[in-house]
Amino acid sequence: MATKASRSAARLMISPAVLLLLGWMLVPLCMTVYFSFLYYNLLQPGSTPFAGWDNYYWFLTDPSFTDAIYNTLVLVGGVLCITVIGGLCAAILLDKPMFGQGLIRIMVIAPFFVMPTVSALVWKNMFMNPVNGIFGRLVTGLGFPPIDFFGQYPLASITFIVSWMWLPFATLILLTALQSLDQEQLEAAEMDGANWWNRFIFIMLPHLARAITVVILIQTIFLLSIFAEILVTTNGGPGTATTNLTYLIYVSSLLQFDVGMGSAGGVIAIILANIVAIFLMRMIGKNLDA
Amino acid sequence: MARAVSNRTKTLNTIVAGTLGFLLFFPILWIVVLSFKTEENAIRAPLEVLFSSGWTMDSFSAVQARSDYFKHFSNSVIIAVGSTVLGLIIAIPAAWSMAFVPSKHTKNVLMWMLSTKMLPPVGVLVPIYLLFRDFNLLDTRIGLTVVLMLINLPIIIWMLYTYFKEIPGEILEASRMDGATLREEIIYVLTPMAIPGMASTVLLNIILAWNEAFWTINLTAANAAPLTAFITSYSSPEGLFYAKLSAASVMAIAPILIMGWFSQKQLVRGLTFGAVK
Repeated sequence: MATKASRSAARLMISPAVLLLLGWMLVPLCMTVYFSFLYYNLLQPGSTPFAGWDNYYWFLTDPSFTDAIYNTLVLVGGVLCITVIGGLCAAILLDKPMFGQGLIRIMVIAPFFVMPTVSALVWKNMFMNPVNGIFGRLVTGLGFPPIDFFGQYPLASITFIVSWMWLPFATLILLTALQSLDQEQLEAAEMDGANWWNRFIFIMLPHLARAITVVILIQTIFLLSIFAEILVTTNGGPGTATTNLTYLIYVSSLLQFDVGMGSAGGVIAIILANIVAIFLMRMIGKNLDA
Repeated sequence: MARAVSNRTKTLNTIVAGTLGFLLFFPILWIVVLSFKTEENAIRAPLEVLFSSGWTMDSFSAVQARSDYFKHFSNSVIIAVGSTVLGLIIAIPAAWSMAFVPSKHTKNVLMWMLSTKMLPPVGVLVPIYLLFRDFNLLDTRIGLTVVLMLINLPIIIWMLYTYFKEIPGEILEASRMDGATLREEIIYVLTPMAIPGMASTVLLNIILAWNEAFWTINLTAANAAPLTAFITSYSSPEGLFYAKLSAASVMAIAPILIMGWFSQKQLVRGLTFGAVK
């Protein structure tokens, strides 16, 4: 159908997007890799000698790197568990017949639209403040000693806040997938004597498998880059208790001005994210053929 | 056939789901309440707050007086809308050509565009920061607009592509047979069918740009800071500030909350790149 002329016109129309994205990806990427092999600190202007693998060596052997990897894994894993299991329950619940479904749906989805800095600050002050926060009052009201949430359970507190923001996302996507499930299939299974648990395991879960995988992969991409929530609540502390990989790289490059070290960390973050991305891309690519 | 559900089951479902919805929504509801209270009342126990006398709008004006709130609000609007418009200008031709004149490379190009979205922002933080410094773009709205346009461009192209793909090609051929020129084809045939898809793309993209909190925090200071970055100035504790923080937060999230409610369905398609519909 397409003529030669329309083909070349099409190529012309797509080129600005391709060139821009190519530049946006390649230029900073090459610079990051280049900087990662230099001794380059903004506080010491002048020469930037070649460093070989030194930056990588120091970054990887720094104890805070091990902490950051651990924190990143706990944060991503914790939020994924809470949001996928919670989202599954919420989606099944919201799929049932009820009054005022639209309104309830809106209330469930709302947290996803709150900007990260606002939600972190609201939870930190209005809820988790040991004296004036609602959780704080609840704890002391029940007769327990006051809890300093961000001092005693910093990582759990941040996991909680981030889960609040992402639970609606998982719920929304799983609900959408659940609504495309053929009701007659469920009824047929019920007539054949399958109880609720069997219908869930053998019909609903296989139907949702794809959506669950998509939720996990997309959330992982975003959760690896959590930054603002940590910045406004704990600043990565106490110590390195809530420093994830993103925050560690931010500290070494923009607070300690160590461009070389920050870049080496950046390269490592890119490699880690790519491992997740490969799986995600495969799933989406398969869908494109269908 | 849907089976009849008794009103009792329905009521029970409503109560359980309503409780869940209320718990998830409560923090948002709470800051709306606090934003209309005085600072002295805002830090009292929840029930005392609710029944404390006096609702006031003072906090909203206090937020404006503390630091020029509307400057940051307009920064948010300019950056979110600007990056969306800029993105559309670049994305519409690209998505159009991939949807209607596909070649054997189309799938690879689409996948490659998506892969740029997988790049963790912190991996390129240092070079972007240094480039911005050298070109005097730090703390400027134009710099931030361009960066946000670039990080959301793959999503815009993908969403437009999936919408354009649903427009039947036969209609375009029929209009061509009837003698429509390319210009007429675009104005009278394509645009009316593409507008709903474009509207939801715009909506989702404004939401994403409005809430973006990595680049906005790292690339701005006092001048170009949008609300995401401005709100961080409340992260260091200071006297009584719950009512002010609430008022600032409510104004920051209200516009996007309303837009988000309108775009629930499109949100799924946009955020999963068409993998879940």
